[in-house]
Amino acid sequence: MTIPSYLDLRSKTRARDRSLRDKVMSLEEAARLVADGDSLAIGGCTASRTPMAMIWALIRAGKRDLEVSRSIVSTEGDLLYASGVSRHIITSWFSQGIVWGVSKVMRAYTESKRARFEEWSHMAMGLRYRAGAMGVPFMPMRSMLGSGVLDRAEGAKTMECPFTGETLLLVPALNPEVAIIHVQRCDAYGNAQIDGLTFMDIDMAMAANKVILTTERIVSNEQIRRHPDQTKIGFFTVDAVVEVPFGSAPHECYGLYEPFYSHMDLYAQMTSKDPDAGAQAYLERFYHEPKNWADYLSRIGMAELLDAQRRGSGIYDD
Amino acid sequence: MTTERARVSLSVAPAYTGSELLAVMSARLLKEGQTVFAGVGIPLLAAILAQKTHAPGLTILFEGGVIGPFVEAGKLPPSTNEQRCSRRANMLVSITEVLLLLQRGYVDVGFMGGAQIDRFGNLNSSFIGDAENPKIRLPGTGGGNDIASLADMIVAMKHEKRRFVEKVDFITSPGFLDGGDTRTRAGLPAGGMFRVVTDLGILGFDAESRAMTVVALHPGVSAPDIRANTGFDLPVPDDVPVTQAPTMDELAILRELDPEQLYTA
Repeated sequence: MTIPSYLDLRSKTRARDRSLRDKVMSLEEAARLVADGDSLAIGGCTASRTPMAMIWALIRAGKRDLEVSRSIVSTEGDLLYASGVSRHIITSWFSQGIVWGVSKVMRAYTESKRARFEEWSHMAMGLRYRAGAMGVPFMPMRSMLGSGVLDRAEGAKTMECPFTGETLLLVPALNPEVAIIHVQRCDAYGNAQIDGLTFMDIDMAMAANKVILTTERIVSNEQIRRHPDQTKIGFFTVDAVVEVPFGSAPHECYGLYEPFYSHMDLYAQMTSKDPDAGAQAYLERFYHEPKNWADYLSRIGMAELLDAQRRGSGIYDD
Repeated sequence: MTTERARVSLSVAPAYTGSELLAVMSARLLKEGQTVFAGVGIPLLAAILAQKTHAPGLTILFEGGVIGPFVEAGKLPPSTNEQRCSRRANMLVSITEVLLLLQRGYVDVGFMGGAQIDRFGNLNSSFIGDAENPKIRLPGTGGGNDIASLADMIVAMKHEKRRFVEKVDFITSPGFLDGGDTRTRAGLPAGGMFRVVTDLGILGFDAESRAMTVVALHPGVSAPDIRANTGFDLPVPDDVPVTQAPTMDELAILRELDPEQLYTA
């Protein structure tokens, strides 16, 4: 655990082209912004607003040894392990989702020590990104103390508060090399509007040295300027914009589509008996064989997509 | 909530599952006007049941960043992070902000499920066996550690000997640690275990030793029953009260909420 020096952190930021410029590119081009061994933060949470298309592109590009962090990790974590893209995931909770039980793939990889699941509390993950976003080396907090989670958390320290004498926990800043975040809409410059739950994405964008946005649709800068209060991630943090409809499938994107439940069931089935072979078969069929993202969606199926969309848009019924 | 055992056994008791019993018994512990930080599953069901019965003004918080939602019957969320959690909420915030409400002291009750618990109320959801070489790697804390560190806790879980152990394999979410004042001395001066609701009874913690004790037994459950299903010495007071069985009304609400028995099978 090393905290980057403050001046290094600033100089990386200042070396970026932070001008108001068109950053639109393809998934494949955006994947080239991620180098083997990079630390990678993933936006969204569990099965929500997961930047699945970008993860799909990183797996197809054969990236190796990314140190991945996310608030809560679901099926995408299994696939990052099984593809070899990551052997180290930092998060607070890791499984497909409560209704599907404990992830068999996560278990197979971590119990055999082929991969590492580094556990921090949810608030610790949030404050680690926040410290990174604030440009300070740590944040103080009041949980994790006394627990086994603290014993195993590399880099966490306790201190006696200089004002009150209380015991506080200090969690180290996370400044990921790259953050990948999926949003409902943004302009070509990367001004992003996020509907619904923002999870840890705003801090994550501020903390990262590079941000790749995938978006359901690209809107005009004029539309952004009509409601600047709705801009949750500013263009100056963003390095790439990729337009990917259904870019979180089979996870959900707030207000547009809910999780693709039948496909999530299929995934759980495929990985339940023989997690290793099942994950490889899933990767082959849905990650390596498809010609492009549209082909991936076709393989998931039109009926599933329409059902997820019908349920998703229902959030505005009340 | 307490009745004579003899009377209960004579009344016509509706049939219910163990999970339904957990949801009803924990819902009754929630009070009108409280702010409850709830996990999905039984805690969510119990919180909604309380909203629909005696606590219409109960405010639910979800760790996904949701303040005060009313979740729709038949559309239970698969986790605390999907759009279904946010229905008719007063406010949506980031995960970090909603967790900081715990730290700031805005939450009356933390409410979650448990996989393994010990006599001092410490919870394990990380490792079965040794953490370095686990038999099973479990999903981990999520917000569990933060909630248990910073709020008064209700835990709902199945009562089995392998789940109620002398010492948990790993402390994911702190209870009273080693008992006495060890929790406070570790830097956790606030919150702590309040009640553990199981399918056999309701458990509390001694004010001094902080060890688990029986507060009430469910209808048809004897002191030897609950002790036989607990992996440590669990004191049962002689005059321990018996809870009132779930009513038809409570069960009807639960079944409307979870028609596919996602969480109540």
